Amino acid sequence: MAQTLYDKLMSAHIVREQDGATLIYIDRQLIHEVTSPQAFEGLALANRKPWRIEANLAVPDHNVPTTERSSGVSGIEDPISRLQVETLDKNCAEFEINEIPMNDIRQGIVHVIGPEQGATLPGMSIVCGDSHTSTHGALGAMAFGIGTSEVEHVLATGCLWQSKAKNLKIEVNGALNPHVSAKDIALYIIGQIGTAGGTGYAIEFCGSSIEDLSVEGRMTLCNMAIEAGARVGMVAVDQKTVDYVQGKPFSPSGDNWTKAVDYWQTLHSDEGAFFDKSIIINASDIELQVTWGTSPEMVIDINGSVPDPSKESDPVKAESIRNALSYIHLEPNTPIKSVEIDKVFIGSCTNSRIEDLRAAAAVAKGKKIANNVKLALVVPGSGLIKKQAEEEGLDTIFTDAGFEWREPGCSMCLAMNADKLEVGERCASTSNRNFEGRQGQGSFTHLVSPALAAASAIAGHFSGVN
Amino acid sequence: MQAFTTINSIAAPLDRANIDTDAIIPKQFLKSIKRSGFGPNLFDEWRYLDHGEVGMDNSKRPLNPDFVLNNPKYAGAQILLARENFGCGSSREHAPWALEDFGFKAIIAPSFADIFYNNCFKNGILPIVLSHGVVDALFAYKGEIGVDLESQCVTTSANTYSFEVDAERKRRLLNGLDDIALTLQYEDDIRHFEVKHFKRHPWL
Repeated sequence: MAQTLYDKLMSAHIVREQDGATLIYIDRQLIHEVTSPQAFEGLALANRKPWRIEANLAVPDHNVPTTERSSGVSGIEDPISRLQVETLDKNCAEFEINEIPMNDIRQGIVHVIGPEQGATLPGMSIVCGDSHTSTHGALGAMAFGIGTSEVEHVLATGCLWQSKAKNLKIEVNGALNPHVSAKDIALYIIGQIGTAGGTGYAIEFCGSSIEDLSVEGRMTLCNMAIEAGARVGMVAVDQKTVDYVQGKPFSPSGDNWTKAVDYWQTLHSDEGAFFDKSIIINASDIELQVTWGTSPEMVIDINGSVPDPSKESDPVKAESIRNALSYIHLEPNTPIKSVEIDKVFIGSCTNSRIEDLRAAAAVAKGKKIANNVKLALVVPGSGLIKKQAEEEGLDTIFTDAGFEWREPGCSMCLAMNADKLEVGERCASTSNRNFEGRQGQGSFTHLVSPALAAASAIAGHFSGVN
Repeated sequence: MQAFTTINSIAAPLDRANIDTDAIIPKQFLKSIKRSGFGPNLFDEWRYLDHGEVGMDNSKRPLNPDFVLNNPKYAGAQILLARENFGCGSSREHAPWALEDFGFKAIIAPSFADIFYNNCFKNGILPIVLSHGVVDALFAYKGEIGVDLESQCVTTSANTYSFEVDAERKRRLLNGLDDIALTLQYEDDIRHFEVKHFKRHPWL
C-alpha cells in the first residue's frame, strides 16, 4: 500500500501496539539543561540507568551567556542559570552521556548542532524535551518535542508511547518572490491555517518551492511546524539531504554510508499515498512577512497594516485582536512599515544558521543601524557557525554596521539568559514565538526573516529589503 | 503519579483562546531543577501586578484583582475552564506541574495543543475536550461540576456531557500507573526490536 513519509518512519519504529497506543523506538534523544534535570533525578531515584547511552547527546543552550565566557560555567552570573548548566554537566558525567559542554567550539542550540554534527540522520526517530524538535524533520527524520516525564521515559526505556498522527500535506509551488525566505513561507502558512491548524497532524512540506530550498531553509520551515500546532514537520530526502549529511562527525562512512543512502532514498511519500488533508500554496502569493500580534498566526505582509477588530465578524477573533493590540501597543490600521523598533534579534533555532547570517549580512553590508535602535544582536546557532561566519568576514560586516556579534545559544528567543527586552521595548526578531512576555515581561516581539530584521535595524522601523 | 477517579468542584473560567505555556509558567521559573513548587507562579504575569522572579515571597506580591484566579469565588477550584488550543507553544512540562501544584485536577476546553495534552496525563491531570457549545454552556454555568473519568462524563445540575479519552491513557490515569515500569514489562520486545532494527540500519 502506498505510504506517506510519516507512515513509513512510524512503521519502521514500532516495537509494540496495544489499545490504540504505539510503543516506538527512539534512535536519538537530544538533551538540554532546562527540561532534563527532573528526568535525571527521576532516573536516579528509581535506580535506573539509561537504556542505550549512545542514543543520547546533550548540550547546554538556553541559559548560556552570549557574551564573553572564558571563565566557563562558573562565570555565569545568574546563580540559578549556572546551577542548571552545572546540573546538566553533572548528570551527563554521572550517566556517561555524551555532552558538548558550554565552551566547546561545537556547542550551540540543540536543534542547530544535531544536524550539524550528523547526530540527526534521515530516517531516525528523534526526540528532545523541546517543542522545536520538529526542526530535524527537514532531513527526512521523524522528530518531535516531548515533556520531561517522556525525557525520563526515553532515557530509561529507549522507547516512547505515541498515538499516530494524521497526515497533512502542504505543497508550495513556484519560484519565491525576491528576498522571500523559508521563514516567510512558514509565517505565511501559519497565517493561513492558524496556530492550531496542524494540531494532531504530522506535516509534510513538499512542492517545487520546498525542493528548491536548501536543507537549512527546510530546517527553518520544519522548526515552525509546531507554531502551526503540528509536533512533526518533515521534508522528503533528496540529493540535497544526502549531500548535507555526508562527512558530518556522527554520519556513517564506508560500507554503512552506501547502505544508509540506499535506505534514505526510499524516504519520501509514495505516489498516491493518502493524506488526511492537503493544502496547496502558490509561492508567488508569499511576500515578506511580519507578525503584528501575540501569536504567530497574527501575521501580515510587510506592505500590510495592522488589522481592525471592528471589521472582524467572528466575536472571539475580534476579542483576540483587541487583546493583542492592547498588549502590543498598536492601533488598528497602522501600516506596519511605520512602526519603529527598539531592538533587533537575529538568532534562535529558527534562523541562526550560516545562510541566515549571510542573508542578514548582505543587507547590512556598508550600512549603519538606525539611531533609535538601541541594540541589534546577532547570535550564531553554534560555535562552528560562528567560526565559519568569521572566516567569511560576516562578523565584521555586522559590527561595522553597529550590530553586536555574540557567542552561540538560545539567547533572546526566550530570554532565559541575560539577553532580554525591557518593558515596552519593541523587537524585530528572527525567532519563532511572539507570545506575551516571551522576550521579556511587557515587551513586544515581531517575528520576521533575517533579511527583514537586518533591513529594519538599518531603517529603524519595519522595512522591506532593497 | 496520583490516580484520577472523580472530582466535584466549581470551575475557574479563563475566557481566552490560545493560552500558551509561556503564559502558564513564564521562562524565569523554568530554571528550577525541581519538579514541585511552581503553583505560586502559575500565570505569573497575569496574576501579579509586579514582575515575578525566582525566590520572591509570592505572598507579599501585589495581586491583579481582575485576574480570575484571584477572585475569591474560585478559590480551591480543581477544574480550569478554557477556550481552544489551550497549552500551545513550548513543550515545558513545568506548565502541568504548575497547574497541578496550584490544585487543578482537570482542564476543560474545546481543544488542546498536542504536547501539553500529553504532558497532562503524565501528571495526573485530566484534559477534557468538549464541544464549543458545551464549553460555552459551562462558562455560563455557575455551580459545581462533576468529572468522572471511569464513565467519561462531565455533569452539571441539569446536564451530563460525555467526553472521549484514549483507553490506554484512561487506564493509566485511573490507576496512577508509572509509565516507565509498564514499558519495562516489554523489555524483551524492545530487545528483539533492537536486534532487527540495527541489523537493518547498521549505521545507527
